Amino acid sequence: MSNPLVDMQKPDVIFCIGTNMTECHPVAATGLKKAVARGAKLIVADPRRIGLAEMSHLYLPLRVGSDTALLLGMAHVIAREGLVDEEFIKNRTVGFDEFFEHISQWTPEWAETITGVPAKDIETAAMWYGSADKSAIYYTLGITEHICGVENVQSLCNLALMTGNIGREGTGINPMRGQNNIQGAGDSGALPNNYPGFQSVTEPANQEKFKREYGTEVELEKGITKVTALELCGDSIHAMLIDGENTLLSDPDRKHCEHALRSLEHLVVIDIFLTETAQLADVVFPATAWGETDGVCTNTERRVQRMRAAVPPPGEAKPDWWIICQLAQRLGFNGFDFDSPTPIFNELCRVSPVYAGLDWERVDKGEYQWPVPHKEHPGTPRLHEGEFVNGRGVFSNVHYRDPAETIDDAFPIWLTTGRRLQSYHTRTQTGRAQGIEYLLPEEALEVNPADIEKWGLTDGEWCKMSSARGSITIKVKAMNRSPRGTVFASFSFADVPVNLLTGSGYDPVTHTAELKVCPVRLEPL
Amino acid sequence: MVHKLTIDGKEVAFSEGETLLEVAQRHHKEIPTLCYDTRLEPFGGCRLCIVELEGARNPVASCTTQAAPGMVVRTATEEIEAYRKTLIEMVISENREVDVHPLRGYASGELAKLRDRYAVTPKRELARDRPSRSELGKITGATSGTSKSDDNPFILRDYELCISCYRCVRVCAEQEGDHAITVMNRGFHTQIATEFDGLLKDSACTFCGQCIQTCPTGALADKKAMRAVPVGAVSNRAPLEKTRTICPYCGVGCSVDILTQDEKIVGVHPAMDGPANQGALCVKGQFAYDFVQHPDRLKTPLVREEDGELHEATWEDALDRAAEGFRKTHAAHGRHSIYGIASGRAPSEAAYLMQKFIRAGFGTNYIDNCSRA
Repeated sequence: MSNPLVDMQKPDVIFCIGTNMTECHPVAATGLKKAVARGAKLIVADPRRIGLAEMSHLYLPLRVGSDTALLLGMAHVIAREGLVDEEFIKNRTVGFDEFFEHISQWTPEWAETITGVPAKDIETAAMWYGSADKSAIYYTLGITEHICGVENVQSLCNLALMTGNIGREGTGINPMRGQNNIQGAGDSGALPNNYPGFQSVTEPANQEKFKREYGTEVELEKGITKVTALELCGDSIHAMLIDGENTLLSDPDRKHCEHALRSLEHLVVIDIFLTETAQLADVVFPATAWGETDGVCTNTERRVQRMRAAVPPPGEAKPDWWIICQLAQRLGFNGFDFDSPTPIFNELCRVSPVYAGLDWERVDKGEYQWPVPHKEHPGTPRLHEGEFVNGRGVFSNVHYRDPAETIDDAFPIWLTTGRRLQSYHTRTQTGRAQGIEYLLPEEALEVNPADIEKWGLTDGEWCKMSSARGSITIKVKAMNRSPRGTVFASFSFADVPVNLLTGSGYDPVTHTAELKVCPVRLEPL
Repeated sequence: MVHKLTIDGKEVAFSEGETLLEVAQRHHKEIPTLCYDTRLEPFGGCRLCIVELEGARNPVASCTTQAAPGMVVRTATEEIEAYRKTLIEMVISENREVDVHPLRGYASGELAKLRDRYAVTPKRELARDRPSRSELGKITGATSGTSKSDDNPFILRDYELCISCYRCVRVCAEQEGDHAITVMNRGFHTQIATEFDGLLKDSACTFCGQCIQTCPTGALADKKAMRAVPVGAVSNRAPLEKTRTICPYCGVGCSVDILTQDEKIVGVHPAMDGPANQGALCVKGQFAYDFVQHPDRLKTPLVREEDGELHEATWEDALDRAAEGFRKTHAAHGRHSIYGIASGRAPSEAAYLMQKFIRAGFGTNYIDNCSRA
């Protein structure tokens, strides 16, 4: 997030796109609700009539995967109506002239033909976003889990740049991170292209630094993403170490994924449960869980906070860091003789420019939001105030692209996937929490009542849902929340493995899977 | 411009918009409250925060009175304290019990604390027609609140302990924006209810538990925490311990206190001073903690044996086996045959060491985390 969570109460106009925040980030959503109660206008773009849509002032029910077209149409209107922030564009951006010309062709009427959202609503959204003093964008995986995830994000950046809605209180481009330490995992360098602190692995100065730091030769090329690695399993990838991820259920195209993991010579999994993924491993290490582990995590607003152990672990379970150290030492690797998490985090701070001013003691109260470049620095709640890290904000002349697969006679319905309030990911945790089953006993496919009739289904009965990759059976639930022609299911329940169906394509840059779009067919059982 | 007023004979500064209660609390005046929650709009319902204000005919509620320059305020005169004691006696007289288990909720002990502070001693006179309401002060009379049977597993609705402070209604509306509950009827018939007076699960309730945590009497209580600890005398139990940590679910990073007793997690309290959540939580952070001590947890390393099955193993054997596998693959296929996936759920030390394991150990950048799904 460019802006801190407290800023959520401050915008005049809030534009939420591809985020079901009241279910997936409920506590963050309370900030938006307060803003709306105070008088802020809320625009919500989402294929489903989600909770946020119900409380919005303007709801844009776009077709799944058509976000870029919607955002181009909005940019067109903002430019046409002269709502651009010329001062900001002149002082802080490059490429506006080309962009201005680029968007002249993408009218809201054109966007309507792609998105299904009436042109006049696209105009209203653009006018609201463009004319308010403080407009803020919030998004989640509904933007990124597409083959055009990068274009979607760039389109949002275009809107913020052309209206100067970045680097100030109550504005910004704010992706909500979905896991307690997914931000920290990236910060820590668990990425194929970056060392800790987002230092590029292809930059010679960084290579020198880590060569010196680790006392070994370093690779000069970027690594491959997890998606590519799974593609190459059995081909050139033959061993994997997976820490705390139920890859098999959370990743798209389960059959492919299972085949990939089975074709490895050696799979080692560290986890707290014998997950579907761990069941395929050659060696499984029992890790300590939340509440049993001391460590540091970083939240969606880049706040670095301490997690603390409250109870001893069961049996012989050990912290992840201890397990990795033991394994490394057996392989003769240097630099793994740690006896507590403290020096590990301090080493991370030493090698990471964004954590440079932090250490184990300083993150005790969770006061700092990175970057914290030195010990006297107060942290950075708001990014891009005054200037961008990389100089100037660059406009991107993006084009709309269709999803990897589009509906046709064989698969005439759009399936989109996500989470539900009461469950989390693959339910390894919430599935084992007493009482949750009272609120959410099973998965069900949300289908518009008119579509239930159209496809000969019955509310509350099972149906067969098929995509180009396979079929599952799932219970049908009549919900007006789903528009005509689009159905929704979560990927949480192992007995309804929705990710057997997904996996039609990936963003070519980020390799994020298009989990939000999958053409399917529904048949009564 | 600096504004000043006088509290208990001392001139103090205040800022525009502050209430008398806020100014007084900043100067460490211990003004009793029951309907007050710093996160909510002042309500002025319980009247315990009354103070004497020079020039005003009657005592004023300090939580709803804006500070103004030149005000002269006395927070604890004998008269004010007597009023407060009477008010507490009246509140207690309506309730079935005052001493409640601390696991009922974060603020559940507030009424009992005030009873002790004002030395309100129950006479324990049993009114013959109401034998269930045993713990009465010197005031006896009508009672209010009817407990609601609700089969949900999380929120106990024990309204016989309700004092109509409306904190639950207000936290649900103002803090959560859910408006799931409201106030029905007036006077002794006042009752907190959902629309159509039904079950919580049929209302807009999201089971975030905020109503439980703000309730000052335990009328709304954490059923799950109460199930975790067997009923018994308070003195027989090990003390409750609190450990400050961060919620294990989404990326908002809410601060929570894990409640433990005898090395068992018995509940979770929101951290009112949590920088990301200021006391707010959702159903997962509040109630979905017991996966940690679930019997399904892995307790020993497992190694796949020749029979194709995973078997329990010692750490020594499992580590040797894991290392041997990587060594073999490395020897046979080279460094680009090994890949690491770090967790977005484990602490940063795990992710940092995973990338170091791959980078420093195998000399590649074949490392990623689970953010692409």
